[in-house]
Amino acid sequence: MINVIVVGNGMVGYKFCEKFISKSGQENYQITVFGEEPRRAYDRVHLSEYFAGKTADDLSLSTTSWYEDNNIILNTSELITDINREQKTIHTHLEKTYEYDYLVLATGSAAFVPPIDGVEKEGVFVYRTIEDLDAIMAYAKKIKANGSTEAAVLGGGLLGLEAAKAVRDLGLNPHVVEFAPRLMPRQLDKGASDMLQSKIEELNIGIHLNKATQYIAGEENIKGMMFADDELLNVDMLVISAGIKPRDELGRVSGLEVGIRGGIVVNNKMQTSDPSIYAIGEVALYNQMIYGLVAPGYEMADVAAEQILKGDKTMRETIDMSTQLKLIGVEVASFGDPFIENENVTAIVYENKFSGIYKRINVTKDGKTLLGGILVGDSSDYNGLFQIYANAMALPANPEDLILGSRGGEGSTLGSAADLPDTAVICSCENVTKGAICCSLIEGTASTFGDVVKLTKATSGCGGCKPMVVDIVKATQKSLGKEVKDTICEHFNYTRQELFDIVKINKYTNYYEVIDHHGNGDGCEVCKPVVASIFSSIYNDTANKHVTTQDTNDRFLANIQRNGTYSVVPRVAGGEITAEKLIVIGEVAKQFDLYTKITGAQRVDLFGAHLDDLPKIWKILIDNGFESGHAYGKSLRAVKSCVGNAWCRYGMDDSAGFAIELENRYKGIRAPHKIKGGVSACIRECAEARGKDFGLIAVEGGWNLYICGNGGANPKHAVLLAEQIDKATVIKYLDRFLMYYIRTAGPLVRTATWLDKLEGGMDYLKEVIIFDRLGICEALETEMDSLVGTFECEWKQVLEKPRLMKRFSHFVNSDEKDDNIEYVPLRDQKMPRPW
Amino acid sequence: MASLLLRAELGSEKKLNPMEELLNQYETVNLSAVKTWFKAGNIKDFPSNRGGCIKYKNKQIAIFNFERRNEWYACQNACPHKMEMVLSRGITGSADGVPKIACPMHKKTFSLVDGSNLNGDDYKIATYPVKIEGDEVFVGFLE
Repeated sequence: MINVIVVGNGMVGYKFCEKFISKSGQENYQITVFGEEPRRAYDRVHLSEYFAGKTADDLSLSTTSWYEDNNIILNTSELITDINREQKTIHTHLEKTYEYDYLVLATGSAAFVPPIDGVEKEGVFVYRTIEDLDAIMAYAKKIKANGSTEAAVLGGGLLGLEAAKAVRDLGLNPHVVEFAPRLMPRQLDKGASDMLQSKIEELNIGIHLNKATQYIAGEENIKGMMFADDELLNVDMLVISAGIKPRDELGRVSGLEVGIRGGIVVNNKMQTSDPSIYAIGEVALYNQMIYGLVAPGYEMADVAAEQILKGDKTMRETIDMSTQLKLIGVEVASFGDPFIENENVTAIVYENKFSGIYKRINVTKDGKTLLGGILVGDSSDYNGLFQIYANAMALPANPEDLILGSRGGEGSTLGSAADLPDTAVICSCENVTKGAICCSLIEGTASTFGDVVKLTKATSGCGGCKPMVVDIVKATQKSLGKEVKDTICEHFNYTRQELFDIVKINKYTNYYEVIDHHGNGDGCEVCKPVVASIFSSIYNDTANKHVTTQDTNDRFLANIQRNGTYSVVPRVAGGEITAEKLIVIGEVAKQFDLYTKITGAQRVDLFGAHLDDLPKIWKILIDNGFESGHAYGKSLRAVKSCVGNAWCRYGMDDSAGFAIELENRYKGIRAPHKIKGGVSACIRECAEARGKDFGLIAVEGGWNLYICGNGGANPKHAVLLAEQIDKATVIKYLDRFLMYYIRTAGPLVRTATWLDKLEGGMDYLKEVIIFDRLGICEALETEMDSLVGTFECEWKQVLEKPRLMKRFSHFVNSDEKDDNIEYVPLRDQKMPRPW
Repeated sequence: MASLLLRAELGSEKKLNPMEELLNQYETVNLSAVKTWFKAGNIKDFPSNRGGCIKYKNKQIAIFNFERRNEWYACQNACPHKMEMVLSRGITGSADGVPKIACPMHKKTFSLVDGSNLNGDDYKIATYPVKIEGDEVFVGFLE
């Protein structure tokens, strides 16, 4: 057996093992890994997610048994203190000695702590390991309990901004302190930095540039930072994230060649000055550079593994430092040479302070080659631009189209994944080419996106390439003559649209009929609600009809909350409510001890109702003229409105009245996802109608109708469908639009995403809805009419039929309530005990 | 480095929080080990193809009637992820033929045969044997 010892169990050390065992000829080698940290290798790139609730296990790169399964010996919590190069042995702090044939140093880096007076004070931390994060969390909790709110982060680079987000997630106000005159000076130019800064400042994060820290103020604990310009920043915690320092101690004690500013020197085989010792990752000094990114580290791991197994793979000459990430919610990307500008190179810059977008591309003077660029605020073009740069692809006649989009035409100037050469690296974290992805499908080793991921590991790093991989998989499947379908789940080999037609044509009214004839197995949490929703959309069945297959919120006609109790939302159409009805809601909340909050949809949400109290609560509400607000359903939620011309001096029309009419028209109708509407009486748009699935704005001569907008994770403005139309036309178009969406969208796809995927986009949709291109408008209107005419309040149904009430009790064999429910005070109300 | 190691050692002495204590009440019972068959109710009390929750001593147990398969299953009612008493309200189904329950909180799914998590997480649930005698439903316990 040949002994390979890996020192360091970080991301790169782990990758080395993974690469090594996947290569041929490795059977005669025994790998032993030493890690000084107590746990298995974990994902440091996503470390800040630890604050957002991920556990150490979530971040772990492998399972407990991975090392054992692959015959790798893992020694955690054991630190290597010395190397005896003559005897080829290493020594650990436990006074043990191990022999090696090859030694791989993957010791990574430590946080660089600038020599500032007072950095040893309590409350000063570095941001590097899970243990650091635990210590930061504990301290933040302590100072918050004492009423402190301010914390500083030293370093305005990539890591510093990550740390600022983490500090913010802990509920403190972060201040970013940077020595340079701008943020991310290594990746961004002045314009891009300024844009990033203004976006971050909008989030109430303090940015302090040009600041040299003199000393840390405070006795034992940090109380502030004193800068060279005599300014004092009062903070109770400081997180230092000002750069990295290679962990090259072992290289130094054993006399390996080390760079002037640290790092163990390696050649293009990743060999150090001792040919049996390799160095990879952030400890390796290659081309006089330390590379603090995952992708080059992974490549080094691969090269070292190849070399030890007598392969001939070497590290490439120039290393790509392109990156794309989201910093505190702001998209930032840079690729190639972001700064280059000289007599042969022109920079094209697009800056939009209104939307907070900055884009720069550097193009050769002849307009033929893209050399690099920067994107801030919107990095959706990154994948396309990066491919053009990396593959030296031809540019459009007007290179500015790359960042502005071609005006007056359809389609993207970035081309599609189909145009890329096979050598194009699609996933740069795992170095997967387009060829490798296509090949796996063509040769039949993979047949789905999931298979491709398993086989090639594409998308498993940062995940930024996922849309491209999906496109390539779909395009390749299509070229192979395979039908590409978004089938619902393992129980049905159909899309939602196909299932919709199957139910309709066969007039099925029961889930089990459908699965017996067209599916297999017992169904699941995905297909059952889909079929229940289809029944509702076709027959206007309420959620009381298919209780067993309804999604769980629909089953109990309420929204389940954190502790298993429910919230209750009565309908308040258009947000218009009388004083009497408000008092009823207040009385109910008092009687059942409910937490109350006004929702974004202009109604009142009552939280903390026990399952068995739901019918009692609704009895009172319905007796007083309320009905279900369907806040739990994939159906119309609410139509939000401004007060309109009844009161407002700017109002052009009765927006509240129209909103109430529309809400009552479409209430209760089940759809693939929730639907929200908005009506504004003038272009000031107080109802935020363009952030809804359908929105109306009163203008001179009628209403402008917008469709397919939403808030949520990917906010989208609704797009104009028709201008200056009257109310009857609005309703006609809305009937057609909603019914077409209900018929054709996939499960849990909102209108904005549905439109995105619709071939032909908005132009096509206009053809269908306004000009009846498919000849289905009459049918759509008839279907909608039948739904509108048969509305019933499902809570009223429950109260009228004792049989339906049976499901609203926690125990089958007892009338008791769930005794696991516990509340703690929250301001003047209450909340469930924290998780 | 010494402090790092020290912290790691301290970590292993973590005290159980109340939720972990709650979860520790639930342990899978194998059919052969049953000491008590508790009468949970009449089969009519349990809706077909979904769940119902029963109380036994200080335990909450979810019982599922897979009518189509003519099979019954029982498991802890607490979701192992956040310890809320909700599993009986989830949607039943199968994955590759294995009967499963999806938690209504975060849609994590669990095998009702061995309690394992089917989404690849570490969470696991305790399962209990069920027997039907006449039209009565019994759940097996160790105590």
